[in-house]
Amino acid sequence: MLTDLTIAEARDGLRARKFTARALTEAHLAAIDALNPRLNAFITVTAERALAQADTADAALARGEVAPLTGIPLAVKDLFCTEGVRTTAGSRILSPFVPPYESTVSANLLRDGAVFLGKANLDEFAMGSSNMTSAFGAVENPWKRRQDASAVLVPGGSSGGSAASVAARLAMGATGTDTGGSIRQPASFCGIAGIKPTYGRCSRWGVVAFASSLDHPGPFARTVQDCAILLGSMAGYDPKDSTSADVPVPDFEAACARGVKGLRIGVPREYRAEGMPADIEALWQRGLAWLREAGAETVEIPLPHTKYGLATYYIIAPAEASSNLARYDGVRFGLREDGEDLRDLYERTRAAGFGPEVRRRIMIGTYVLSAGYYDAYYLRAQKVRALVQRDFTDAFAKVDALLTPTTPSAAFAQGENMDDPVKMYLNDVFTVPLNLAGVPGMSVPAGLDANGLPLGLQVIGKPFDEETVFAVAAAIERAADFSARPQIRAGEPS
Amino acid sequence: MSLDPATVRRIASLARIRVADDELPRLQAELNGILGWIEQLNEVNVDGVEPLTGAVQMALAMREDVVTDGGYPDKVLANAPERAGDFYAVPKVVE
Amino acid sequence: MSYLIEGSTGTWEVVVGLEVHAQVISQAKLFSGAATEYGAPPNSQVSFVDAAFPGMLPVINRVCVAQAVRTGLGLNAYIHLVSRFDRKNYFYADLPAGYQISQFQHPIVGEGKIEIELADGTTKEIGITRLHLEQDAGKSLHDQHPTKSYIDLNRSGVALMEIVSEPDLRSPEEAGAYLRKLRTILRYLGTCDGNMEEGSMRADVNVSVRQHGEAYRTRCEVKNVNSVRFVMLAIEAEAKRQVAVWESGGVVAQETRLFDVPRGETRSMRSKEDAHDYRYFPDPDLLPLVLDEDWVAALKAGLPELPDAKRARFVSQYGLPVYDAGVLVAEQATADFFEVVAKGRDAKLAANWMMGDFFAALNRTGATIETSPVSADDLGGLIDLIADDTINGRIAKEVLEAMVETGKDAATIVDEKGLRQVTDTGAIDDAVDKVMAANADKVAEFRGGKDKLFGFFVGQVMKAMAGKGNPAMVNEALKRKLP
Repeated sequence: MLTDLTIAEARDGLRARKFTARALTEAHLAAIDALNPRLNAFITVTAERALAQADTADAALARGEVAPLTGIPLAVKDLFCTEGVRTTAGSRILSPFVPPYESTVSANLLRDGAVFLGKANLDEFAMGSSNMTSAFGAVENPWKRRQDASAVLVPGGSSGGSAASVAARLAMGATGTDTGGSIRQPASFCGIAGIKPTYGRCSRWGVVAFASSLDHPGPFARTVQDCAILLGSMAGYDPKDSTSADVPVPDFEAACARGVKGLRIGVPREYRAEGMPADIEALWQRGLAWLREAGAETVEIPLPHTKYGLATYYIIAPAEASSNLARYDGVRFGLREDGEDLRDLYERTRAAGFGPEVRRRIMIGTYVLSAGYYDAYYLRAQKVRALVQRDFTDAFAKVDALLTPTTPSAAFAQGENMDDPVKMYLNDVFTVPLNLAGVPGMSVPAGLDANGLPLGLQVIGKPFDEETVFAVAAAIERAADFSARPQIRAGEPS
Repeated sequence: MSLDPATVRRIASLARIRVADDELPRLQAELNGILGWIEQLNEVNVDGVEPLTGAVQMALAMREDVVTDGGYPDKVLANAPERAGDFYAVPKVVE
Repeated sequence: MSYLIEGSTGTWEVVVGLEVHAQVISQAKLFSGAATEYGAPPNSQVSFVDAAFPGMLPVINRVCVAQAVRTGLGLNAYIHLVSRFDRKNYFYADLPAGYQISQFQHPIVGEGKIEIELADGTTKEIGITRLHLEQDAGKSLHDQHPTKSYIDLNRSGVALMEIVSEPDLRSPEEAGAYLRKLRTILRYLGTCDGNMEEGSMRADVNVSVRQHGEAYRTRCEVKNVNSVRFVMLAIEAEAKRQVAVWESGGVVAQETRLFDVPRGETRSMRSKEDAHDYRYFPDPDLLPLVLDEDWVAALKAGLPELPDAKRARFVSQYGLPVYDAGVLVAEQATADFFEVVAKGRDAKLAANWMMGDFFAALNRTGATIETSPVSADDLGGLIDLIADDTINGRIAKEVLEAMVETGKDAATIVDEKGLRQVTDTGAIDDAVDKVMAANADKVAEFRGGKDKLFGFFVGQVMKAMAGKGNPAMVNEALKRKLP
């Protein structure tokens, strides 16, 4: 089935004219038609545009003009501004917003010939780990528990729609953003690959900002090689983003075949969380064994400040968000609720437009920055952040990469973890430190738990050394031979 | 650090988000839960540590002083919930 | 002479500090590529960054940074090679992002000082605390509609330099002198045009009062005063108000106020209420601003001669009195004009003519140095004719008027109108004889001891000679013949 192909296979197939770009896009649009009403992975489907883009791709292919992604159909997380196409950030407050500009990352994908199927669902303003905070409804994880097929599981978040769409074969790949784990955690929950690159590797221009120093755009796909292909297009220096890194984009795809012979892989003892499920611990050990079999050396190394990562994150991210979201005031775009005066307009608009999680985080952020509390919270958190980064710098003096589990559990059900915000935050315990330090990390599907749900392993690399991350992740992928597919997917009756 | 209702109201005011009276207790409890959990950072010894403001260690790049942008009032106003000719319109502000 | 307010409980001293917001001269804005020109149609110079659309990011303009550094150098201030941008968070109709990008803890320029000149000829050094870069806000129009305010974001994002003085000013006069001097320096540097009416330079005035020997008392800020004169009036009004509050047993509350021009008093500003919790934090969309030492040195080397240095040079090079030199250097264009006129000529003569009849002519015709109907070379030509006795001072005034009116040069006008000075002793003696003959009675009075009548005779002779008599020779002839 066309929808089961990888991007690499589709790329070859299109160039060999085995099928047309139009046929490829039509197959995905049919899958979306059939399954999106249930999965709700897409907020907006841009069928006509996609077909027009596919036709343009076919014309280019006929002329022999091929770009890296000509004709490849992708989902775009609805946090990336797409010109002329509604962009909501999963929020009521932006539900009418049609951007007059294209984000740099999505423009790069279009430059390289990609086809956009639509805008993928997400937690509101990228704040969440379950995609349950979206104003446009929750997303269903296409994977079902073996023992309890009726339970509706979450795909993870915030990029839940992106991950679900790729896992269910509604798209061949997708863009996401990762601020505390929002690419890696849903990748793990949905049994696909996803990478958070180094901070500054992908431009943030045109991406609706959540926490500026922690937001990382990155790709989802079903294979490590496909992620490498996508990242190669997405990445690149952007002078419109002052935090964009002016470094060349290496050949990520080539790095996938490198192997791991002679590499030293660090195992951070602090990632062994109390009460961690046995199958995750077992998978982790299996992963390390695979790497040793492939010629790598594994060694325990300390990352002493790991456990403080979450609390640090939950001061810094809300603080930055409280400021970044001040622009949503009903004046220049988005939702407006009338008020008696301007202040009333602001207060009613923002109360009506923001959901409860966003409101909580804006208020935490406002509080930790407020007079008298800045030193105790924000300043202290930035110091602990420096210590977290130093942990990684020290570790990378001794090893080339690290291997950890991605999440402390497999996908949970809707309704679980909802009573206490903090419980939801704990999902990100393994992913958050990388956002604080800016180092790259990838989740690769490595096995299934006792319920038949996917579990991912996380590969962590040095700044700007995504190549080693891809090499190690590809080695895990080869050894794991993860061929399981979700029960809900294109071509399957649901 | 525990928040009382007056502080929650003050924060909501600073953040310009209207909080209805019946929402206040639950919001207060949630915020206090989060803040209580965050207190664990006080355990960390941060003596002599410089705060990190971003994961990037570069200096700010500067751009040339050339007019490369602006000049499209219609696009800038196109999404406005209320527009008056070439202006954004809001309820009158009294200084 | 100090400025003191006599109150019922004692004598009060005024303490003033000024925060000047000066719009930077640049083509584009501080963090966006939109244009900065004044007076454009609403929202036509607005980029999506300026309007704070989702996903937009700031990128700093090199020239704006250079202008801030040059200004710091012109204020004899310390340049911080590493500085940082912070967000100042508050909600207001003309602030699209809900925060202003400013510099709080680590400004680009540190301590400096400027010298001000007072009317009594004394000078005083005023400290500069700091200078930092920040974004200007947009403009709200509250008078276009009965129930709505209209917002224009053209100005949103334009670069501002906030220049903070130490609270060293002690009178409205000192404040006026400080603003004028600061304005002159900024105009010399070309970093701000100092046009307060157009709003490219605005002052927030911090005023407090105290009795002699006391520590500082509470100050109030009078915001956005847009002329030197209003600043001086606002200080007076606010100081008097505060004295009245203290003397009636009350306490001056720290608050932000506006100067109500028609009423001549200050009043409390309602809208900025609790917004004093600005929740400053480092802007995570920007990195530290790191300046190259060589770059700063090159900027310093490229600075023009500044007013104080130019004034000192005019005193030493041209032998001018300090006051005159001060007047001529107040505007760079005037100083340049003077140097053309004075080149190869009697500088004092040139200065007197510029500061007297020439400035008067400019005022009368509403022209400026830049639009002067008489060029520097032409004025110099007039000076030449005076210096070589071709015309006398009185005639020269007439010639200058004709030059202003017709645009012709001095020599042409003298020839056309036959205004050459008469130096023929015969003709002068003749005129003197005729005047003496026609005023025999006054001659007798003069000879009788009324020395004052000498001036009358000078006037009559000059009148008879249509002003063209050489004054020295006329004097000599009268001295010879009258007694």
